[in-house]
Amino acid sequence: MEPSVQFFSGFNANDFLFMAEAAWRTLLISTVSIAIGTFLGAVFGWLLYEGKLAATMTLAPVLDAFRSVPLIIQLVLFYNFAPIVGLNLDAFESGVIVLTIYTAALVANVARGGIEAVGQPMRRAARSLGMTYWQDLRYVVLPIGGRAVFPSWVGVALGVMKDSALVSVLGYVELLKASQILITRTQEPFLILAFAGAFYFALSYPISLYAEKLENRWAQ
Amino acid sequence: MFEYNFHWRPVLKSLPDLLQAGLLTLEVASLAMVLGILVGLALALIRLNLRGPLRWFASSWIELARNTPALFQLFFFGFGLGAFGVHLTPYTIVLTALTFNCAGYLAENFRGGFQAIPDTQLRAARSLGMTATQAYTRIVIPQVLRMVYYPITNQMVWAVLISSLGMLVGFRELSGETQFFASRTYRIFEYFAVTAVIYYVIVKIILIASRLLAVKLFRY
Repeated sequence: MEPSVQFFSGFNANDFLFMAEAAWRTLLISTVSIAIGTFLGAVFGWLLYEGKLAATMTLAPVLDAFRSVPLIIQLVLFYNFAPIVGLNLDAFESGVIVLTIYTAALVANVARGGIEAVGQPMRRAARSLGMTYWQDLRYVVLPIGGRAVFPSWVGVALGVMKDSALVSVLGYVELLKASQILITRTQEPFLILAFAGAFYFALSYPISLYAEKLENRWAQ
Repeated sequence: MFEYNFHWRPVLKSLPDLLQAGLLTLEVASLAMVLGILVGLALALIRLNLRGPLRWFASSWIELARNTPALFQLFFFGFGLGAFGVHLTPYTIVLTALTFNCAGYLAENFRGGFQAIPDTQLRAARSLGMTATQAYTRIVIPQVLRMVYYPITNQMVWAVLISSLGMLVGFRELSGETQFFASRTYRIFEYFAVTAVIYYVIVKIILIASRLLAVKLFRY
């Protein structure tokens, strides 16, 4: 007898739309987190550079902890911690907060490296020309140091974009979560995962090539 | 503000199990690193010295490993291969995906290392009567390994951190075990907080051990 209920149905156009929407969510959560995280990370990097002992004793170990605990644990921990202190956050908000702090922890080191890359003589020269401390930071350190660490920053940003896949454990339907849902229904794991992988690859590969090219050109 | 009662007792009771699972995490990460170093060396040498399909294979491996999320790679080996009738156990899935990932990243480090060794070294070794294999295993590769020692340490830490994704494919390493206990007792926050501490300690132990080993290895 033919089964009257079909459990699995094939991959169709709607599913493609579903995946495109999920890809958009991946882009959204990573862009927001990278943007805020980079800003925070730059501030932290500056604190690490200027704060000397005080920052090394307080900020550095905290940032280090975020780099020493798996992101997935951080996500689950924060998602379950927020309601304890009375915060009502959905998966997207929790994901953005955790990814932002994670990005900031990674960018802080990059930013400090950038400030260190600008030599003391250059900065003294800037100050001797009558620039204030902030002018020196804005017009001397930012362009020169920023350029020196731009390729590493791209590496961090791409890493966060890929790690944003982990937000799926909170139930946020980004690209990999969507693939998982579709695989369960259509039973076509290879095709769907190939789509998802191709999306990440198409985003990450050209950018990393571009960063590498810039690095080589600036190295000369 | 805190209307939540923390219950640490169940966590303490299952602490031995968690530590045991921590050892499993270390085991799978170390194994993946050993395999990753071997495969990574091979990939780097192929990419540097060969032409044709083998080089294409090595390049695609490296770029795929570096430009797609680790979670995607895990899903691919977990579910994607199912399309071809290959069904791996959770342990093998995590080990394969980790090895794939580590080999890709390490290969790039090795490539930098090989390029940094002057050609003359190889030629000098050959003119002393060494065979090509001898020249590589006794002259070039030891120097490369020394050069990429710190990147390898970082990769080891990274391997421990991403092995936590094993919980998403039903592997009971530290994270999987934690999730198992957390869902049984519903003390999610407490369990994951303790696990975060365990991960932190594991990472610190690896870093300290590698520094000590470096002092011993690089005396000369």
